[in-house]
Amino acid sequence: MNKVKSLNRKDLLGLKDLSVDEIKLILKTAHSMKEVIARPIPKVPTLLGKHIVTLFYEPSTRTRTSFNTAAKVLSANVTNVAIASSSVVKGENLIDTVKNLEVMGLDCIIIRHSMGGAPHLAAKNCNAAVINAGDGFNEHPTQGLLDIFTMVEKKKTVKDKKVLIVGDISHSRVARSNIWGLKKLGAEVVVVGPPTMIPAEIEKMGVRVSFNLDQEIKDADFINMLRIQRERQEQCLFPSVEEYSQLYGLNAERMKQAKKDVIVMHPGPINRGVEMTSEVADGPYNVILEQVTNGVAVRTALLFLLLGGKNSD
Amino acid sequence: MAGLLIKNGRVVDPASNLDAVRDVLIENGKIKKVGVRVKGVGVRVIDAKGKLVLPGLIDMHTHLRDPGRPDKETIASGTRAAAKGGFTTVCCMANTEPAIDNPAVVKYVSDTAKSDGIVNVFPIAAVTKGLKGEKLAEMGLMLEAGAVAFSDDGQPLMGSALMRKALEYARQFSVPVISHCEDKGLSHNGSMNEGALSTAIGLPGFPALAEELMVARDTMLAAEFGQVHIAHVSSANSVELIRRAKRRGVPVTCETCPHYFSLTESAVKEYDTNAKVNPPLKTPKDLKAVIRGLRDGTIDAIATDHAPHNIEEKNIEFNSASFGMVGLETALALVLTKLVATKALTLKKAIEKMTVAPARILNLNKGTLKVGADADVIIVDPGAEWTVTPSQFASKSRNTPFSGWKLKGQVIYTIVAGKIVVRDGKLL
Repeated sequence: MNKVKSLNRKDLLGLKDLSVDEIKLILKTAHSMKEVIARPIPKVPTLLGKHIVTLFYEPSTRTRTSFNTAAKVLSANVTNVAIASSSVVKGENLIDTVKNLEVMGLDCIIIRHSMGGAPHLAAKNCNAAVINAGDGFNEHPTQGLLDIFTMVEKKKTVKDKKVLIVGDISHSRVARSNIWGLKKLGAEVVVVGPPTMIPAEIEKMGVRVSFNLDQEIKDADFINMLRIQRERQEQCLFPSVEEYSQLYGLNAERMKQAKKDVIVMHPGPINRGVEMTSEVADGPYNVILEQVTNGVAVRTALLFLLLGGKNSD
Repeated sequence: MAGLLIKNGRVVDPASNLDAVRDVLIENGKIKKVGVRVKGVGVRVIDAKGKLVLPGLIDMHTHLRDPGRPDKETIASGTRAAAKGGFTTVCCMANTEPAIDNPAVVKYVSDTAKSDGIVNVFPIAAVTKGLKGEKLAEMGLMLEAGAVAFSDDGQPLMGSALMRKALEYARQFSVPVISHCEDKGLSHNGSMNEGALSTAIGLPGFPALAEELMVARDTMLAAEFGQVHIAHVSSANSVELIRRAKRRGVPVTCETCPHYFSLTESAVKEYDTNAKVNPPLKTPKDLKAVIRGLRDGTIDAIATDHAPHNIEEKNIEFNSASFGMVGLETALALVLTKLVATKALTLKKAIEKMTVAPARILNLNKGTLKVGADADVIIVDPGAEWTVTPSQFASKSRNTPFSGWKLKGQVIYTIVAGKIVVRDGKLL
């Protein structure tokens, strides 16, 4: 039973700010949307006449396409602002960009930015709904929501389930959004990675820190593998890709220690051979492609709820 | 210029250990007499009953942005902000454009201060040419031109060998090197204090250790090679390192700023760039340690680190925003509200740290109301409550995290060398 029927907020900036009821409402609505998307003609007129823009200051294929698809399911118009050809390269600042988009009649701005807090700055300076599609290493709320949606779909609930988040936690917005959401829903979260990739005092977010994947994997219900950026090697976060994958990568041998029904997740794009071998990436326990499908459902639900829809069932 | 007689005020002059109701007579730009029932002939009388009469404040750490950034501040606007805030003397940092790294720029600042400024301005000259941390600037010649100390503030002197040479070389002049303590490798691209909050809001962390390691280094170098003054102390460990160094007799002094005893890192929680400052705001534990350091004398002085920035450099993404906040117009009220009203410091101790203490560190013949001293005097209404309103600042910049704060203590008069520059809280 949900206590709330609509998202009574202008923006979605992070899972940190969402209540448990709001998260549950989004998950429930996403469930209905998944059914809509599976129809032969996946289109409803709910957001007809609404105009959405994606404003991406960082490259993205998956997230941007996913938002585009979601908007089209709801019959909204979408404009994609390509940063290379935008006025940003002419030196326009974020607030001016956002205000210009707003006076063109945009109802919703979906923003990705390399710096934490950028969507918050945009949201403060315009009346349009702002959705954070990833800001620096702060949050990636729709990824967090789709991960949780996938987990709940697989195991009914995340309450008391053990979730490992493995990799560069320091620089991961996916990790933070997962942690905020999962902790609110009662999961046990363990972050695993070399100490150079664990941010200061992360225990205060309610998680446990471990440097031993072999030990943690045994009773894990979910393993969320993060993408390792090779340039972090130059910042001395790890000495070599080989050593990283030996200590913190998933391979068939290591997977033998895991529970039979463990679920392996990855926000993509995968570095095959770094955070996981192809055997694992294509193995029976992974739901990586389902995550992508669920991403559309979650984003459709979110657009629906933020831009005026009500979940009346 | 007619003389001035300030009557019946509570005169607090830490340098002469005075805190009593007195009259102050000013003639020819000097303090002529301090006493009870002082009479003056043909003088203008100011009734200061119920008010504080203090030596004009000295800010030993100001960025006036002149030459080079008149959009942020000029000597004209910065000295007006100073006067409004009760500062009759400011010492301006060398990180201008061009830097104050040669006698000509020192002279430019001094001359412009005389023509455009309304308070005393003493330039702090660069330690190294272009603040590049490579070659020593002409310290001796810059002193002759009017500089009072040396600092590459804004840029730490990362090379320990160079810092050693700077301390050794400056020793012949008995002038301190002021050190901005920051290990650049550790601060990297950090934009706020590293810890639970930076982790929770996803901003790159700037560890307290970046400051502390350099405080440790510089106090050790000072023990061997000469006097150092540590700028803007913000962390508990830094305070403790300086406390221990002083106990060993190391020639070290230091300052903190009002924001380090008034704010913690939680001020940046909503990505408020006006609270982005270098060194970053820290935890409640650090704030308490700073106050303890002020109480026990480990921290000698309170300076503003007045760092004006325009809105273009502040109303943007947190990581991209410039470090720094304006401080001249809020410092005294923060000291009175956060330190004196709370009884953390006596009024006399607090004023000492803003007058005679910086004067001693920089060998300035200022900061006192003793007979014969320059008549730099302020009159403050200690009970007046006011709301910080950036649009009313005399500074050209508005970057303060204290906007909307209600503070106690308002400057009524600012008198520089016997001349009134602020009356009834307004610039003349």
